[in-house]
Amino acid sequence: MAKRETPLLDQLESGPWPSFVSDIKRAAESRHKNERNLEYQIPVDVCDDLLGVLELSYEEGVTHWKHGGIVGVFGYGGGVIGRYCDQPENFPGVAHFHTMRVNQPSGKYYTASYLNDLCDLWDFRGSGLTNMHGATGDIVFIGTTTEQLEEIFFELTHKFDQDLGGSGSNLRTPATCLGESRCEFACYDTQSLCTHLTHEYQDELHRPAFPYKFKFKFDGCPNGCVAAIARSDLSFLGTWRDDIRIDQEKVAAYIGGEIQANAGAFAGRDWGAFDIQKEVIDLCPSQCMSLEDGKLAIDTKNCTRCMHCINVMPQALKIGNDRGCSMLAGAKSPILDGAQMGSLLVPFIKVEDNYDAIQEIIENIWDWWMEEGKNRERLGELIKRQGFQKLLDSTGIKALPQHIQEPRSNPYILWKEEEVEGGWGRDINEFRKHHAR
Amino acid sequence: MAFISSGYNPSKPMENRITDIGPRDFHDFLPPVIKKNFGKWAYHEILEPGVLMHKADSGDEVYTVRVGGCRLMSTEHIREITSIAEKHCDGYVRFTTRNNIEFMVDSKEKVAPLKKDLLSRREPGGGFKFPLGGTGACITNIVHTQGWIHCHTPATDASGTVKSTMDELFDEFTHMRLPAILRISMACCLNMCGAVHCSDLAILGIHRKPPMIDNEYIDNMCEIPLAVAACPVAAIRPSKTEVVVKGEKKTVKTVAIKNERCMFCGNCYTMCPSLPLADKEGDGIAIMVGGKISNRLCAPKFSKVVIAFIPNEPPRWPTLTKTIRKIVDAYSKNAHKYERLGSWAERIGWEKFFEICEIPFTEHIIDDFRDPAYYTWRQTTNFKWTNGVEEFANIKK
Repeated sequence: MAKRETPLLDQLESGPWPSFVSDIKRAAESRHKNERNLEYQIPVDVCDDLLGVLELSYEEGVTHWKHGGIVGVFGYGGGVIGRYCDQPENFPGVAHFHTMRVNQPSGKYYTASYLNDLCDLWDFRGSGLTNMHGATGDIVFIGTTTEQLEEIFFELTHKFDQDLGGSGSNLRTPATCLGESRCEFACYDTQSLCTHLTHEYQDELHRPAFPYKFKFKFDGCPNGCVAAIARSDLSFLGTWRDDIRIDQEKVAAYIGGEIQANAGAFAGRDWGAFDIQKEVIDLCPSQCMSLEDGKLAIDTKNCTRCMHCINVMPQALKIGNDRGCSMLAGAKSPILDGAQMGSLLVPFIKVEDNYDAIQEIIENIWDWWMEEGKNRERLGELIKRQGFQKLLDSTGIKALPQHIQEPRSNPYILWKEEEVEGGWGRDINEFRKHHAR
Repeated sequence: MAFISSGYNPSKPMENRITDIGPRDFHDFLPPVIKKNFGKWAYHEILEPGVLMHKADSGDEVYTVRVGGCRLMSTEHIREITSIAEKHCDGYVRFTTRNNIEFMVDSKEKVAPLKKDLLSRREPGGGFKFPLGGTGACITNIVHTQGWIHCHTPATDASGTVKSTMDELFDEFTHMRLPAILRISMACCLNMCGAVHCSDLAILGIHRKPPMIDNEYIDNMCEIPLAVAACPVAAIRPSKTEVVVKGEKKTVKTVAIKNERCMFCGNCYTMCPSLPLADKEGDGIAIMVGGKISNRLCAPKFSKVVIAFIPNEPPRWPTLTKTIRKIVDAYSKNAHKYERLGSWAERIGWEKFFEICEIPFTEHIIDDFRDPAYYTWRQTTNFKWTNGVEEFANIKK
């Protein structure tokens, strides 16, 4: 029997989509039954009170959560977000309701036993409510008290070999697509690069020393399943330099209808027979494809690797073999100065066992941003404020036409003195000898 | 409720402390068939909505059954997931970036019993615990933020708007009949923890009332210069005012706000708790459309605001869900195959988009924020006639 009446939330228990309200009710009931005989370390009715405070927000149309106070675990400046209810007397179970971010494994694969272990810990010392996963990618434990923070951290590190993720002005928990583990489009091992850099930059992840947050995201190909190009200060998108590999027999099979185009992704509607000319060749954004005598040809020099043809005919067309990634810098959502997409900085870099070249670029960018960035200024905003050229200077990367969509349409070039013959120092008296006042 | 120590000693926090160990090695969690064929996948097929088959160069196959999930998930639900994984998948499971759950098996025979098991699990209200779908040309799960359940700055609820929207669009999750994938994202304030700025369709909580000023407390609660600096439109300046505390008048340091400049971003409130701006009537939802992240066919695009405000209507947000349904239906009916929502709107022209989707156009939709605004106005005589602008007389205010 529910502890609180929640007539508004109850209306979210119908309909076909899974109901978070039903789930929280089930969690509340299970806590009261306590079949595992746990000595709960936070109030038993935490889920009931959470539903209560949410019901109140549904009635009143505003939130009842306060700003986070400064809570955390010793020596870390991130990973814990303080949260307090603004009606603690009415909802004592959620008076303190802090969040802990737990760094997810790359690709979000799990064993049942590991997840069960986390559930045991979180039932015992927290609310039993989670996000699988938060927007940045972490496993998010929602709701515990201040006294439990160190205890949870101690158990995570000692029992489960597991650390917290990032929050605040530091490196946020890096996130990746599933990459080579289960995708034929992956141009590099996204999970290994993500894991490597996460370990390499633990200090930056746990101890805020940056002007603001900084995100890495890793997409194995230009399809971009983790939205790296839109969401990360530094994004790593897989790409290749050589030919798309073509299996002409399979091309013929797609044309003949023996293989279903798009791997079946459009099977729910009758779009008519597959037409390679209309659906692939004519749609190619760089018009680099042609079909002659039933043979498909791709002019690699003009291909921009947008993935469309490969997505449509995954059995016939494969990514090239000379693979690596492009790095783009400065993506962010609109707060404050408008949204920014990542801008191409490194057109191609190999992603192999040694990541030194990638780390050199990262660290050069950080040096510049930590020196010049204002409080709460994202990398993208600094690039806008100081100019893309400064980003090139800081990373020692040569300007390339690939860096721009189009050349500047104003002639306001900020020439540097050393670029101009004879420098800027001139003698006005010498000038006046030949040019009367 | 007796306190039980983990072994941590508060008087000696560094004793036996383990730090900076990072996440677990993902290799420990890969199913054997995944581990064996890592980096050697040949191609994939979507056998039916929610069921994928990946074929390896070795000839091995892995079948993935994808189901929708709530991002907000209890340990009870996770334990149910792990029990399914133990029963059917040798104890392995994964989650997708969009909060879906993927159960993987290494042979086709194992798919049917797994599917049957997943679909048989229902909630007390009749809903699916594990709806099958989210693949191909569909609307997959909505990525979202915390909302009223756990955040201090939301302008709407996240889980409730998402549940209401996914109930409305459920058939698009379980079918693959749209012209292309349609990604929906939800963020409960302009901070956009959910990064909705590049989604085909975005549900965005917005505030419309400038902050209130808690004069009596602001100087103690906040660094006033930080609150001033936080405002992107310089609407906040340091100020002094008189307040009455326990019957006594006293002058306190505070801020003054030029309300007409406020863009309702809430950045000041993030820096200073004494400037709350949430409000029942003021808060609601904007709808943005036409963004994308993939580089397929054309460059990634930002989402554009097409509806400036829809009131909060908890618990089911009927105006929101009806409006979204209308946009999705118009897109589904009119776009070409492979055309994302934004590419469709660009091909037909945004003026046509408003006409076809029956969205009333208002001045709020015209950008007036800094330089980029100019580039969104029309600098050509090429436009289409739509309802209401055939005659000049009809367009005067």
